[in-house]
Amino acid sequence: MIEAFQFDFMRNALAAGLLASVICGIMGTLVVVNRIVFLSGGIAHAAYGGIGLAFYFNWPYLPSTIGFSLFAAMVMAAISHAVKHRADTIIGVIWALGMAFGIILIDMTPGYNVDLMSYLFGSILTVPRSDLLIMAVVGVVMTTLVVYYYQDLLAMSYDEEFAQIRGVPVKKLYFGLIGMLAVTIVLVIQVVGLILVIALLTIPPFIVEKYANSLVQMMVASSLLGAVFTVTGLWFSYRYNLTSGASIIMVSGIVFLISLAVDKIRGAAQKGSA
Amino acid sequence: MAIIEIKNLDFAYNGEAVLKDVNLAVRQKDFVAIIGPNGGGKTTLLKLMLGLLTPEKGTVRVDGKSPQEASPCIGYVPQDVHTNRSFPITAIDVVLMGTLDPKNRLSRRTAANRRDALKALKRMEMDAHADKKIGTLSGGQRQRVFIARALVSAPKLLLLDEPTASIDTKGQADFYRLLRELNQDITVLVVSHDLLVISRYVKSVACVNKKLHYHDQAEITGDMLETMYPCIVEEVCPVELVAHGLPHRVLSDHEKQPQ
Repeated sequence: MIEAFQFDFMRNALAAGLLASVICGIMGTLVVVNRIVFLSGGIAHAAYGGIGLAFYFNWPYLPSTIGFSLFAAMVMAAISHAVKHRADTIIGVIWALGMAFGIILIDMTPGYNVDLMSYLFGSILTVPRSDLLIMAVVGVVMTTLVVYYYQDLLAMSYDEEFAQIRGVPVKKLYFGLIGMLAVTIVLVIQVVGLILVIALLTIPPFIVEKYANSLVQMMVASSLLGAVFTVTGLWFSYRYNLTSGASIIMVSGIVFLISLAVDKIRGAAQKGSA
Repeated sequence: MAIIEIKNLDFAYNGEAVLKDVNLAVRQKDFVAIIGPNGGGKTTLLKLMLGLLTPEKGTVRVDGKSPQEASPCIGYVPQDVHTNRSFPITAIDVVLMGTLDPKNRLSRRTAANRRDALKALKRMEMDAHADKKIGTLSGGQRQRVFIARALVSAPKLLLLDEPTASIDTKGQADFYRLLRELNQDITVLVVSHDLLVISRYVKSVACVNKKLHYHDQAEITGDMLETMYPCIVEEVCPVELVAHGLPHRVLSDHEKQPQ
């Protein structure tokens, strides 16, 4: 492993992976406890529409992708807030439409073909330093916001009605959370790919949720676990010459399954002793 | 002065009238049960008192203020003692949520708040469980934590929505004894569709089925309500229907009510 880090690209990949782990650990905790995993998937896929717009109209890449994702995210947030019981269906529709819209726009863009695979799995091994800087800035801004609004976010996630009675601006906070989610998802996708973002948003928070006693603990533990997955996955990818993003996800998935099995065994043992 | 004052209130949901011309004045230190059939508007009325909903017509005043302004002096115990059991939060952190003040984001969560939270838990005999995760507690214990959360801000008014839904019959009796104790210095208002236990402890009853009928304390004689009332007839006080099936009348007719 050590000798792998003689290479610049491996050092950058590691830094990108660790930054993604921390960002996804914090956002993922909020995603999991607010049960908006599906909505996050919707944002991540619909973002492809923004990429299509950027290519077709030759607009700058980041602003148009972020703008389009924010728009799609706000529509999904409005719907999921207003008609909760139909939210998943509408999100599914926007999910598919955004992606198809992007693909058709890219079809119609003469002479250019964006690689869909790199959108899905990213190219963590070719991350430029500038992207690392963007991720670091996003990470710091996001962490600051989460720390400042921590009590409000906690109350809203746990008991929305009670939070509202206590004067928490629940609606604004919810839209703010989704907006922040959209921005971070787009930026992190750029670096590590859509599939890895979804995996890092969901798997570590899910595993640590039952052991954590507070949201902070869950955020910190998710970030650490994500970092462990990233490092292990990168090592496998380097050692056996495998796709890095997919390796990281496989490691996460295996630990996820082990944690499920451990729960089952512990549950059975408790029942047996009771 | 009445702690809750509702005047000529109308509320409709999707164009369908849920509450019509509701008037209610709740005295300080009253112990009111709001009863009525499912869909009769009990929870809606509660949400109007909490300021979660806005009336279409008429006014709601709590402690002489709008529900939003009065929010610090209202303690609220929600119906659902929470479905998300795996949520990473301890009992004391749930109680601390009651001290939330969004206007003071940076200076809250002080040691004083923590002492208050522990005191509220102690009052509910739950202080030994302060650092346990909420999902590991039993339904009755969780209920007590939620009441502690409502009490931590030292409210003048305690509103509870179907508080005994997740407690067994024995626990329910204990629970209402506890509420009676709290009622010594706090106005208590309980929404319930279960008259079985309530009748023994409350001082007055408000029947809600689109309209509201208020029965003062003198009319309640105690433990005679043996069954849940069937509720079929609209705009008739549901409690009357129960009374018909029993050997004696529980509440007077609405017509005879002093206005």
